[in-house]
Amino acid sequence: MSEAVKSQTAPVAEAAETLTVTINGQAVKARPGQTILEVAKENGYHIPTLCHFDLANLRYVNEVASCRICMVEDRKRGRLYPACATPVSDGMDIQTNSLRVIRNRRNVLELILSDHPFDCLVCWKNGDCELQALASEVGLREIRVKGERHQVNVDTSSLSFIRDSSKCILCKRCVTMCSQVQSVNVYSAVGRGFNSVISTAFDLPMIDTNCTFCGQCLSVCPTGALAEVSNIDKVWAALTSGKHVVVQTAPAVRVALGEAFGMPPGSNVTGRMVTALKQMGFNEVFDTNFAADLTIMEEATELVHRIEHGGRLPILTSCCPGWVKFFEHQFSDMLDVPSSSKSPHEMFGSVIKTYFAERQGLKPEDIIVVSVMPCVAKKFESARPELMNEGVSDVDIVITTRELARMIQEISLDLENLEDTPFDDPFGESTGAAAIFGSSGGVIEAALRTAYEIMTGDKLEDVNFTPLRGLEGSKEATVSINGAPIRIGVASGLGNARKMIESIRSGEQVYHAIEIMACPGGCIAGGGQPYHFGNMELIKKRMEAIYAIDDNAEVRKSHENTAVQRLYREYLGEPYGQKAKELLHTTYTPRRKF
Amino acid sequence: MHQSIKRVNSLEDLLELQRQYSHIADFRTGRRREDGHREVLICGDTGCVANDSTEVVREFNRQLAAEGLEDQVKVSVIGCFGFCVQGPIVKIMPDNTMYVKVKPEDVPDIVHQHLLDSRRVKRLLYHDPSSGRDLEHSEDFPFYKKQKRVVMRNLGLVHPEKMEESIAFRGYEALARCVCEKTPQEVIDIVRASGLRGRGGAGFPTGIKWQAAADQPGDVKYIVCNADEGDPGAFMDRAILEGDPNSVLEAIAIAGYAIGAHEGIIYIRAEYPSAIHRLKLALTQAHQYGFLGKNIFGSGFDFDITLRYGAGAFVCGEETALLHSIEGGRGEPTPKPPFPFEHGLYGKPTIINNVETLANIPVILLEGAEWFSSIGRPGCSGTKVFCLAGKVRNVGLVEVPMGTTLREIIFDIGGGIRDDKRFKAVQTGGPSGGCIPESHLDTPIDYDSLKALGSIMGSGGMIVMDQDNCMVDVAKFFLEFAIEESCGKCAPCRIGTKRLHELLTKVTSGRATDNDLELLEEFGQTICASSLCGLGQSAPNPVLTTLRYFRDEYEQHVHDHHCAAEVCIDLMEFEITDACIGCNVCKKNCPVSCIDGAIREKHHINQADCIKCGSCMSICPVGAIIKK
Amino acid sequence: MPDGRTDNPQLIALQTYLNGLDKDEGSLIVALQRAQELIGYLSEDAIFMVGQTLNIPVSKVYGVVTFYSFFRTRPRGKYDIKVCLGTACFVRKSPAILNELATLLQMEVGTTREDLKYSLNTVRCLGACGSAPIVQVNDDLYANVQVSDVAGIIRRYLD
Repeated sequence: MSEAVKSQTAPVAEAAETLTVTINGQAVKARPGQTILEVAKENGYHIPTLCHFDLANLRYVNEVASCRICMVEDRKRGRLYPACATPVSDGMDIQTNSLRVIRNRRNVLELILSDHPFDCLVCWKNGDCELQALASEVGLREIRVKGERHQVNVDTSSLSFIRDSSKCILCKRCVTMCSQVQSVNVYSAVGRGFNSVISTAFDLPMIDTNCTFCGQCLSVCPTGALAEVSNIDKVWAALTSGKHVVVQTAPAVRVALGEAFGMPPGSNVTGRMVTALKQMGFNEVFDTNFAADLTIMEEATELVHRIEHGGRLPILTSCCPGWVKFFEHQFSDMLDVPSSSKSPHEMFGSVIKTYFAERQGLKPEDIIVVSVMPCVAKKFESARPELMNEGVSDVDIVITTRELARMIQEISLDLENLEDTPFDDPFGESTGAAAIFGSSGGVIEAALRTAYEIMTGDKLEDVNFTPLRGLEGSKEATVSINGAPIRIGVASGLGNARKMIESIRSGEQVYHAIEIMACPGGCIAGGGQPYHFGNMELIKKRMEAIYAIDDNAEVRKSHENTAVQRLYREYLGEPYGQKAKELLHTTYTPRRKF
Repeated sequence: MHQSIKRVNSLEDLLELQRQYSHIADFRTGRRREDGHREVLICGDTGCVANDSTEVVREFNRQLAAEGLEDQVKVSVIGCFGFCVQGPIVKIMPDNTMYVKVKPEDVPDIVHQHLLDSRRVKRLLYHDPSSGRDLEHSEDFPFYKKQKRVVMRNLGLVHPEKMEESIAFRGYEALARCVCEKTPQEVIDIVRASGLRGRGGAGFPTGIKWQAAADQPGDVKYIVCNADEGDPGAFMDRAILEGDPNSVLEAIAIAGYAIGAHEGIIYIRAEYPSAIHRLKLALTQAHQYGFLGKNIFGSGFDFDITLRYGAGAFVCGEETALLHSIEGGRGEPTPKPPFPFEHGLYGKPTIINNVETLANIPVILLEGAEWFSSIGRPGCSGTKVFCLAGKVRNVGLVEVPMGTTLREIIFDIGGGIRDDKRFKAVQTGGPSGGCIPESHLDTPIDYDSLKALGSIMGSGGMIVMDQDNCMVDVAKFFLEFAIEESCGKCAPCRIGTKRLHELLTKVTSGRATDNDLELLEEFGQTICASSLCGLGQSAPNPVLTTLRYFRDEYEQHVHDHHCAAEVCIDLMEFEITDACIGCNVCKKNCPVSCIDGAIREKHHINQADCIKCGSCMSICPVGAIIKK
Repeated sequence: MPDGRTDNPQLIALQTYLNGLDKDEGSLIVALQRAQELIGYLSEDAIFMVGQTLNIPVSKVYGVVTFYSFFRTRPRGKYDIKVCLGTACFVRKSPAILNELATLLQMEVGTTREDLKYSLNTVRCLGACGSAPIVQVNDDLYANVQVSDVAGIIRRYLD
């Protein structure tokens, strides 16, 4: 285990033992092993932090104790200690707000800011920046020690995100996410001393690394050092280009967008979002959920096909572009294992530019498909050459939930008080099965609902596969179909995914189907969603909203989506058939392992 | 190498071997004489090697062969005599004659006059400036008079590459007695009772540290010897490892026995090739003799030592950073607790002791805790090795009892300031230490007294400065080091040291205000209070102590734009005096053409354009250009 | 060299050495030291090979390489000149010697000349403070160096 991160084990068994600690003059009880910060928090004392974050549900804590903002005074020993990394001991006399503590904190912050650009007003993180908020909280009004700033390296090589190391404060949260949680290991601290930076192997541009573009690093970055590549201007330009502009929104967007407008986490703003998009001037506002149902038709059929024809098992889901790129780098010898199905929004793009274009009498090149995604990896995905049809990309522009929120703000809409508008036909129809794509375990649950009925010919009475739900990193269940046990695995977070794939490679585990999402918890915690900064409670609320949509849906099985049925009838033919394979399936490329 | 090394299987075997080899020790210490037989001891330490001592050795071998003396006169290359400024040093035994600054061309005289004719080579004897006499025996040198060699007891005495010599000087006897006659707890009790404190840093009591590790459960524990000596201006660890590697190996094994470890690791700077070579040799021999490996001295105790090389990072002197480095990571410190004794190398209980600390261990166990604690002063027993350098006359390695005053070290042992200049300050503790002024020279040295002065003991660097050193410039130099060596992990050290350096640069270039001095102090304290590890916590010490003791010098820079030591070039002006002959040479050589003047007339420097490179001054044929 | 195959003899030797090591992070620094010994510096290929063979992410290996001043990611000159800037040498004017070397060799401190003939670097204490200031050229040590000695030292390394 790396020094930066402590993997938490289950709560200590002998919790009976308690310590007494004094905080700001008040005696409180604490458990051995708890940090000063934890005890203070439990007792309602706020200690500002910066580098620290606690992914309790993922069992990872960034405990590098490097920013020194949370230093508090132990009056007994007369010294300052970092609250985030110092375990309490019996009889400690902690002062969190003495003049000494406050002065020290202010000076440390002053030092940090003396090595930080002052372009807050035009920074992409303006308003979402933890450093900015801290400066405001601490009340710093002047930087008295000005001087040289550390080496700057701005990486704009990728389509997904920008790294501006001039804004990096070396908290290493991104390293923790990338290495410990995701096991991708793109980042390391490089160099030493004042010019240390977080960088890549050989300082390679991101596009040349094994980065999966999952964006978890930017979900936790406290400053503007990491940000998505903004496509907002491209969308505005498309909307005034005279072309036919179609927008689609992913399942997870609607349960997080509201947060950007101060609504409580878990608010479902589907109808209001459609209204906003309409007001922006999109010709059609479609639902990626429709394509999720379509994906299930393909993936479930492929699964059934593999089971019935002795094909390669397990089948791995392929909706997640971060996961796909991870796989191409790390398991390039197993490229025949994932489903060949394109991800839903790519399928959608393909359908728009063929079937829809033909029906509307439009040339594919006169249509612009914009996807609103909870994801920054989708930006990279949409530019893959494999995902083009005769030189035309399935999807032209990808924006994230955050970018959509900004666009709505730009045109001064009050999202919360907008009227609801339904999605446009014919691709506005979707089922509950599609809705749950947004949460880890949802894709495979949706696939099971359909595969079960294909294989048995019977009606599935209880569509809820609850063991596959929740924020656990690895889940599994066995489902009996036609009397045969079908073993299902679900992993979210690439570190968990790696473990699961390695267990099947070594023969230790046998599965028939595995769903993998790169982001811990699935798309609801995607790298393009409003920043979660490691707050997993927020993710839980989004998940609950997703399952509520499913619960309330009249139709909860993808193959019962009448619009999907019509698409096959009128255009595609059989699921997993000739035409479907041509338009809705893709191939994978082996990539270098780092 | 001996063909037939017999494994030593018991304490009795070892003592028997010791008796067999006792003649070596007797001859070397002058207790025994053999007709016509002599030994030439030559320092083979890196310092003397830099002064060509290797060639001196070769010349001796050539000359002795030419005179047919190879059988009567033995040449041995041994460890540091400590009096480095007088190197290369050659000692003739059993006559106990020390020759200094011996060059290859001096060797024939030593051979012909001394070895063949028993006459002393007067001009190579040490000339004591205080008494004006030429001294033959090192005991009479003022340099050695106040010293007491405990840690360096075998340096300059024992051949570091010959195990039989180590055995003759009681090497490995302490280990044998520990594993055969004492329980681990008894060993720890002796070390605790001795009062030995860690010599590398803050002076934590060694016995208490060992006890803490011994009390941890588990079969796998480690003992790590920190030989990543990195203080610029300190090289005692290197000298010990080069001159007496066996004492350190023995001590590591004893520590292992005491805490219940079976594996020791020496983390040594890769830049110390000679020390590495000797350690490897000693390890091989120790294995052949059975002093390391399985079932040591038939006691059932197994212990092995491996070497790991540091890759150049001062911060790895910090315990947690060192462990991360051994584990294959960046040497970035982590917060303590957890302390290494509970959660150390690979998560196992680990003790880290530095070379000098360990070198005390065998002798403590042989002579007893009481003997050791009688040296030094209460609460701070034993001796301390200092690397005395800088503007002092007798540069070298000195070992003195704790409690010796700075004045005794610098003036009695060190012989005072060279070139009869005026003492200004002494910097102790390396880059983490502080500068101490004349008014505190009578402070008896120990951990606490130095700390009270704002400095530290550190590893024992002691740099003496005179009137020509600008204290602001000195503080800046140490900060440059801190910036260079900061690991970059925590914000106060990474950014703060840089800012302090920038503030100091303002001072040395005459751009600073009184407010900048306040900021230096304020942020210096912030960095001390909030940095993650010892490097950052002590990095401002040179600034804070110079501000405390030499504030007038800072103020001179700020108020008068004047550097009395004439070091800060930005505050200097070059001026052409009336001695100018108008030869035009300076004018032609000025890289920025800022000198005016017709030929054969007095020239003039245009100060606004002058870049103060000094080339005019060095080229002026009549010395008419001055710096002021 | 993504597949690890190479016909560079130094890399082959490195591969052989790496194959004999424990495949864990504890071997990393030793492996890098050996790689630098074999190749003279740590090339991207060498770093990649070390990472792949020991199963350590290449980014991490690179992070370690750039942390320690002992490691070089560029080739070194035939004559590696180091000037000690330890405290004892510093107070005895080693910076002036460094300047003189840089001037005479027409190169910047901390670089290797393009003809790969000289590298000029500073070093923290070489442990010979008694003979300060010290200059080291490859394995040769020069003691008590004065500015006026510098040209003479360089003359010994002209070929």
